[in-house]
Amino acid sequence: MKIRLVVNGRPRELDVEAHSLLLDVLRDGLDLKGAKRSCDTQVCGACTVLVDGLAVSACTYLAVEADERAVLTVEGLADGESLHPLQRAFVEAGAVQCGFCTSGMLLTARAMLAENARPSRGEVLHYLRGSLCRCTGYRKIVDAVLAAAANGPAAGNGQ
Amino acid sequence: MSARPLRVVGRPVPRVDALEKVTGRARYVTDLTMPGMVHAKVLRSPYAHARVTRVDVTRARALPGVVAALAGADVTWCDPYYGPAYRDRPVLALDVARYEGEPVAAVAAVDEATAEAALELIDVDYEPLTAVMTLEEALAPGAPLVHAGQPPAGHFADLSTLRPKPGTNVCHQFHFARGNTANALAGADVVVEDAYRFPPVQHVALEAHAVLAAWDESGALTLWASTQNPYSVRVELAKMFDVPLSRIRVVVPHLGGGFGSKTYAKLEPLAAILAHTAGRPVRLAASIPEAFQTVRRCASRVAVRVGFRRDGSLVAVECDASYDVGAYADIGPRVVQKGTYTATGPYRVPHVTLDSCAVYTNTTPGGAFRGFGVPQLAWALESLFDVAAARLDRDPVDLRRQNFLAHGEEFAPGDTPIDGKLEESLGRAAEAIGWTQARAADRGRGVAAMLKASVAPSVSEAIVRLHADGSVTVLASAVEMGQGTRTVLAQIAAEVLCVPLDHVTVVQPDTAVTPYDQTTSSSRSTAMTGRAVQAAAEDVREQLLAAAAQSLGLAVRELELADGAVVGPSRRLTYAETLALKFGMSGGELIGRGVIAPGRTAAPLGGSTPFWEMAVGAAEVTVDEETGAVRVERYVSVADVGRAINPLTLEGQDEGGVVQGLGHTLLEEMLYADGHLLNGTLLVYRVPRADDTPAELECRFVENADGSGPFGSKGAGEGSLIPVSPAVANAVTRLTGVRLRELPLTPERVWRALRSRSPQRPDSR
Repeated sequence: MKIRLVVNGRPRELDVEAHSLLLDVLRDGLDLKGAKRSCDTQVCGACTVLVDGLAVSACTYLAVEADERAVLTVEGLADGESLHPLQRAFVEAGAVQCGFCTSGMLLTARAMLAENARPSRGEVLHYLRGSLCRCTGYRKIVDAVLAAAANGPAAGNGQ
Repeated sequence: MSARPLRVVGRPVPRVDALEKVTGRARYVTDLTMPGMVHAKVLRSPYAHARVTRVDVTRARALPGVVAALAGADVTWCDPYYGPAYRDRPVLALDVARYEGEPVAAVAAVDEATAEAALELIDVDYEPLTAVMTLEEALAPGAPLVHAGQPPAGHFADLSTLRPKPGTNVCHQFHFARGNTANALAGADVVVEDAYRFPPVQHVALEAHAVLAAWDESGALTLWASTQNPYSVRVELAKMFDVPLSRIRVVVPHLGGGFGSKTYAKLEPLAAILAHTAGRPVRLAASIPEAFQTVRRCASRVAVRVGFRRDGSLVAVECDASYDVGAYADIGPRVVQKGTYTATGPYRVPHVTLDSCAVYTNTTPGGAFRGFGVPQLAWALESLFDVAAARLDRDPVDLRRQNFLAHGEEFAPGDTPIDGKLEESLGRAAEAIGWTQARAADRGRGVAAMLKASVAPSVSEAIVRLHADGSVTVLASAVEMGQGTRTVLAQIAAEVLCVPLDHVTVVQPDTAVTPYDQTTSSSRSTAMTGRAVQAAAEDVREQLLAAAAQSLGLAVRELELADGAVVGPSRRLTYAETLALKFGMSGGELIGRGVIAPGRTAAPLGGSTPFWEMAVGAAEVTVDEETGAVRVERYVSVADVGRAINPLTLEGQDEGGVVQGLGHTLLEEMLYADGHLLNGTLLVYRVPRADDTPAELECRFVENADGSGPFGSKGAGEGSLIPVSPAVANAVTRLTGVRLRELPLTPERVWRALRSRSPQRPDSR
């Protein structure tokens, strides 16, 4: 079936199966490999993308549900060559290790900051519960999110 | 040279791969595709132990879109067995399935859905056999045997004397002794003893194992694999296929975490065999539940007796450890002996008797996992240290300090002398946690220390190329799996060659391009691969100075490197100018080579550790008396690293190590019942989340530049994890008076212990 959606600001018309998962459509259909497949059960957050600004697990989200909606993946977070404040903060704070959780973390944080521009540390910890990281111990990720938030309201923006 | 202040080494520079990772451009194995690529799926045994009487793939093979369907019996054109210690593991089960989840048949098809559908069409008949699921069952007299016996693989110098116990499930025994332990324990003033259990846990790298395998028209094999040691995979496949090493190429893109789970061949043999049969490139990507069926940490039961004199000096340690290595030995025998070798921890112990064994069971194979056998033993010894402190009426910090091996002291005859100052780490950890300060009534504090040897002997080689424009390429095979090795290697090369960090490119491991490196594990990359890169860069530096000296008519000793130029008393040549003059054109390059190969020694395990990894952990906990829930409120880790090449990435490593350690301390355990793994998915297997972490987590470093690695560095990355369990448990005991001997410290276990607590005062101070 045909769906029309906007992916990272670009209108797309796609032919998908009724059971196609958004993650497969993004990764295989559009070659956007930033969202990662890991737990397949909406637990780990590695596949997180934003649909109309809300964080969803693309591994369990049907592509047809994204019809007539706007999808943001990590590839669409930077403004051209200029990194998003969250991306910059992740680089500077050492919040990236293996990188497999990074795109999901960034987009989850982006969704949170759009809702709550100046979260407390506890609010960040709570919001990131659905995003697993096995490398960092989370501290530097939380630091990065707080640093991006402290840098101004742009951190919750993006396409 | 040594007097020059460091420019890049020691600085918390951002990772060299950070940009590609935050933009989603970093490529992992499952992000790669090839023309004609097909997808593999694996049919796995539903039984822990069963005779496989029939596997019929005929119907699967006939399904449109299927290009290969294999049972174990179809793998006749190569040696179907592999394994780094014993070649005991068939690519697909042959006659017997030895654990739930063992691959029994496999298919490759044009897409994943077709491959999944084909699995449904495979007919298998099983005759269930009695399974041994625990150490006790496997070690019982007359227990069913998991294996009848297999030939050793000979991968490792220190495993040249594998000692199985024929007719039992014991596949390796290790013994290490000095002095007269029995007499010393008999004469000791205080003897403490107990048995401690460590659970089977899974690494949960967010990227599960993945391989893309392709045979080319000349019959050579290339694999893009999520492996921590491409060279071990290469030798394994060369043996199986009986082809020269040079015909097998293993390329390693970014890894989505490793933690030991991706050491040695895992799915690579099956992927290569499927690709051979299919005649097309095959991608085999495991799911997270399949990772739980691929490898885990070796569970253990460790019984220890420790004897002290009245004055607090340690006189003897007797240790009897059993490790559950699961259905296939993988690297389990080395885990067992490397771990047991340092069962006495960082302490001076005159009388030692250590025995351990690796035991087959009908469970997921046990292999390497951050700490490599040491966490299991440190859990026992460091817990008993606090028990002894209470008996001796001594402060646990003081008692440890009294018994630490000193810098330069011998650990064992022939091995590297102790190269760190653990008393400094302990002092800083105790201070940071406020050890001597009054604590809140609802909080308890505990400490623990660790010592670990790195793999020895081992070999690392590197090539450094200086190009015509003064930029640098580092060729080395240390795998970047998140720990930051590419950044550290780039910093080392940039430091030696006096170029900006962004002029250095570290090439991803590729056995056809990057030179030999034994393994990315054992915390060895900074010290061993780093030294190889340093030596290769120094080789380039000597060539550069010689070329400039010749062009300028000066002596080499009059020249030095600074900011991408060779500088003499009155003249200065950029590297580009130096090379242009040397080659008479703007082309040509300088190539440097570094080889670090310390070789065999008289040390007990056949090689002297390149460094000792040493660290201390201090925890402050609260315990909910109503529910038994333990919460680590504050944690301090101090590691003796010699020098932090990159404090930012090192801090990240150690913070991650602490939190991973909190996983097996408080949350994680692979639970089996009736022959089945109950919790092999992330829905029910709980790893630490962001809100499970301590409110305060500090990772600090002792830097005395006393390591054998570049600029005085040592290995790091495992040390922070190892003290976590005993530090937390010691804190729980000092707060509540209950001593737990089994991990994880679940609310239920703690609650039960609290309920059965005798009405005596806690041994808190």
